Order: sequence, then C-alpha cells, then structure tokens
Amino acid sequence: MIPDDRLYTAQHEWLKVEDGEAVLGITDFAQQELGDVVFVELPAPGQEFAAGSEVGAIESVKAVAEIYTPVAGSIEAVNEGLEDAPELVNEDPYGEGWLVRLRLDEEDTRDDLMTAAAYEAQLAG
Amino acid sequence: MQRTVLYERHVESGARFGPFAGYEMPIQYEGVLAEHRAVRERAGMFDVSHMGEIRVRGPRALPFLQRLTPNDVGALRPLRAQYSALLTERGTFIDDLLVYCFDPEDYLLVVNAASRDRDLELLQRAATAEGDGVRVDDQSDETALIAVQGPRAVEIVTEVVGAEAAELRYYSFLHQDGSQRMVSRTGYTGEDGFEIYTAPERAEGLWAELLERGRDAGLSPAGLGARDTLRLEAGMMLCGQDIDEETTPIEAGLSWIVKWKKGDFVGRDALARQRETGCRRRLVGFEVEGRGIARHGHRLTVRDAPDYAGPVTSGAFAPTLGRAIGIARLDCSGGAPPAPGSAASVTVRGREIDCRIVKLPFYRRPREGA
Repeated sequence: MIPDDRLYTAQHEWLKVEDGEAVLGITDFAQQELGDVVFVELPAPGQEFAAGSEVGAIESVKAVAEIYTPVAGSIEAVNEGLEDAPELVNEDPYGEGWLVRLRLDEEDTRDDLMTAAAYEAQLAG
Repeated sequence: MQRTVLYERHVESGARFGPFAGYEMPIQYEGVLAEHRAVRERAGMFDVSHMGEIRVRGPRALPFLQRLTPNDVGALRPLRAQYSALLTERGTFIDDLLVYCFDPEDYLLVVNAASRDRDLELLQRAATAEGDGVRVDDQSDETALIAVQGPRAVEIVTEVVGAEAAELRYYSFLHQDGSQRMVSRTGYTGEDGFEIYTAPERAEGLWAELLERGRDAGLSPAGLGARDTLRLEAGMMLCGQDIDEETTPIEAGLSWIVKWKKGDFVGRDALARQRETGCRRRLVGFEVEGRGIARHGHRLTVRDAPDYAGPVTSGAFAPTLGRAIGIARLDCSGGAPPAPGSAASVTVRGREIDCRIVKLPFYRRPREGA
C-alpha cells in the first residue's frame, strides 16, 4: 500500500524526487493519526528552506502537525487546492493531497530518507 | 490506565483511544467531523462512564449541599437536576457538577473524572465534620453513563427506555428502579438529548440496544473529540481547562449559578467582594476571521485595548460554523469585558491572525416553531 516510487522520513512524510525537484506530502499513516484535516498552512512560492526546517503546518480538528522539509530548496509551487479542500490530505495523501513542490539546492542531503520497504518496517516495528 | 465497561464495544466499533483523566477513552470512531455532524443533524452516542457519581444522603443532606455549592439546592425539586460547582474559599472552581435531587435527603452529584478523588475527599471531610446527619458515598464504579444527543435522540431513547422519557423537561429525570436506571434530559453538546445512568453489568446491553434501535435514525457512536467541539460550539466550559482554581463563576460568565439569597456557602465572601470591585479576568468567546486555528495556550489580544490580553483556554475548528472559535481568559484589570464585535488577534506560529470577540454561545440549536 505504501508507494515505492518515493522516499520517506521517520516523521511520516514522503518525498518524490524528479529532475531536481521534490514533491512533499504526508503518509497515509500520518493523515490517519491526525484525523480530519481542516486547514493547511503553506509557505509562499519562492521562499527558501534549509533541510529539516518547518515549511508549514497541518491542522486537524483536534491537533496540529508541523511540516518539515527533509531537503533544502526553494518553494516552486504549493498545492492551492488544499485551501478549499484540506480534506484531500485525508482522502488522497499520496496524490491530490500533496503539499509543496521544492526546487532542490543539492541532491546529496537525502541520506536519512527511507525506502518504502524501510518505512513499512518502521511502521510495523 | 482504567477502562470503562464498554471498552470492548468501542474496539468493535473501530474506536481510536486516548488517555483522559486516567481512563483509556474513545476519542473518535469514524472521525470527529462525521460524529460532530451526526449529533447536530441526527444523533450520537457517547460513553461517559468515566464521570464520577457521588451520593449524598441523610437528614442534613440539604443544608450540607447548600453550604458546599453556590447554586440554590433548596429550590431544587425532586427529579430535577441543577448545574453547580464546588468552590474554594477564594470563590474559584474546584469542579463543576450536576446535582440530582431524589428527595431533600438524597442527592447525586455528577462530577468530572479528573477531580473525582479530590471532590470525594472534600465532601467526606465536610460530612465527617457534620456528624451523623450526612453520608457521602462514591458510586462511580457502580455507575456507567451513556449520553444520547441530537435532534433524533428522543425517538431513539423512548424506544429503549419507554415513552415517559419524551415527557421529561430539560434538566429533569426519571428513575426506573426495576432496571437500576436513571434517565435525565441533560447533556454537553448544545442539542436535545439524554444521559442514561445504569449499573455497569447492564451497560453493554443498553449500548447495543441503543445502537440497534437507533440505526434507522442515523445514530452513530461518538468520541471525546466530537464531544469537545460540540460543547465548545455550545459555549460550555471545560473544567480544568477553561475554568479552574484561578477562575470564579463570575469571571466565567456563570454568575447565574451563584445564588446570593440562600445564605452562606463556600466562596461567598470572595465572590461578594469580586461583585463589588469587578473582575480582573474574564472568559470571552472569539471567532477567528483570518486563516488558521487558535489553540489552547495561544495568546489573544484585543486590538484597541492591548492591555486586554490573555491565553486561549479552548480553541478548535467549529465544524457547524465552518471556522475556528475559542474561549480566552482575558486580563481586564477590573474593567468591563470587551464588547462583542471588538477586533482582536491571536498569534499562531509567529503569525498574527484576525479574530473578533463574540457572545457565547457560538451555536444555538434551532428550536421547533422558532
């Protein structure tokens, strides 16, 4: 069930890297833990972030979860569909519920990311 | 961590659990939004067996409770309930509670799980001082509590407990001895509804029967997540969060539970002084107008009177209203509370978000014929 075309963080985020860009989202496990998402705070396009820094937050009815980027880069695009339909994060976390697209600064900062199999093992453990 | 007798039923219904006042309680089943909507539009059912039940009996029960609670227990007729509190000498909340009157020598106090032990100790110590006239017994472990709330609650509950439940007025109850059951028209959601007290060994059967009979009316089990958003929309305070040992009923907008004509009671002098000199703090409701959600611990500031500021005590997205709301404890330095409509702001993750002070409650249920 966990898509194997991307990488994962220990904080239940996914990162799909293609042509020097990375799309960032949260995993199905993360959206289930959060519950009904009612608001997503996203950065402005063009903003630059260091690896490990906070780029926004996801608010569910009961809780808030910060979004961290595991890679350094500048915001290329944000998912504007979430403004009117934040529930997309619950309904389709690996697809329509993506959060931001970053242009990567460099490609060698992804050592601590997990494959789908490793992430699945973490969830099972 | 304790569990209620209905724990296995919740597991069957796919509940997700979380810790609450020492209990492992169902936080949500299908999801907070769906459960919240079910209660506003149809009906929802909550296991609130963690609540504490304390029986106060004896020839001195009435004067005893008159002295320990601020509301007028003398005005409480048999088979009626009353919202009240246990206060400190400073007039601040130890707990908020319901007082049920069976007769003037027999009362049941329903208290918050988190303060149950403290309430019990306080009541028992006071009873000992009173002598033979009052006996205080903890009946929490012998009592399960199921709340059925929502516009269709009445049809579901009458099917299970009998037609007389439909005749109950708000804050009255009936006692069905044969089934060791008490049915009261009370709740914590802002909707019409019932709370059913029963013996633990009968709770599973009752829960299953309500679920079965309520299916056609759209009854769903609902967790503490929805209970919190429902009570907040209805402007109801949560003890230990909105009201606590630093808050008086006057500051909380609950002056109506303080009855001055009934004689002395714990906290009276402090409250009388506060009534004269004004409140330093006030609990106020606010709506978030900008994008974002104010949460417990964020700070609210009134725009035109920056001295008026204080922590958000409850904050959440209000599903019925479609925007974020909250209650804040504002420092008013003795002045009047900010007028409804006043512009305010709250700081969330370093960003200032526009808010507006509003009158409580945020939500009032539509009444028939209104």
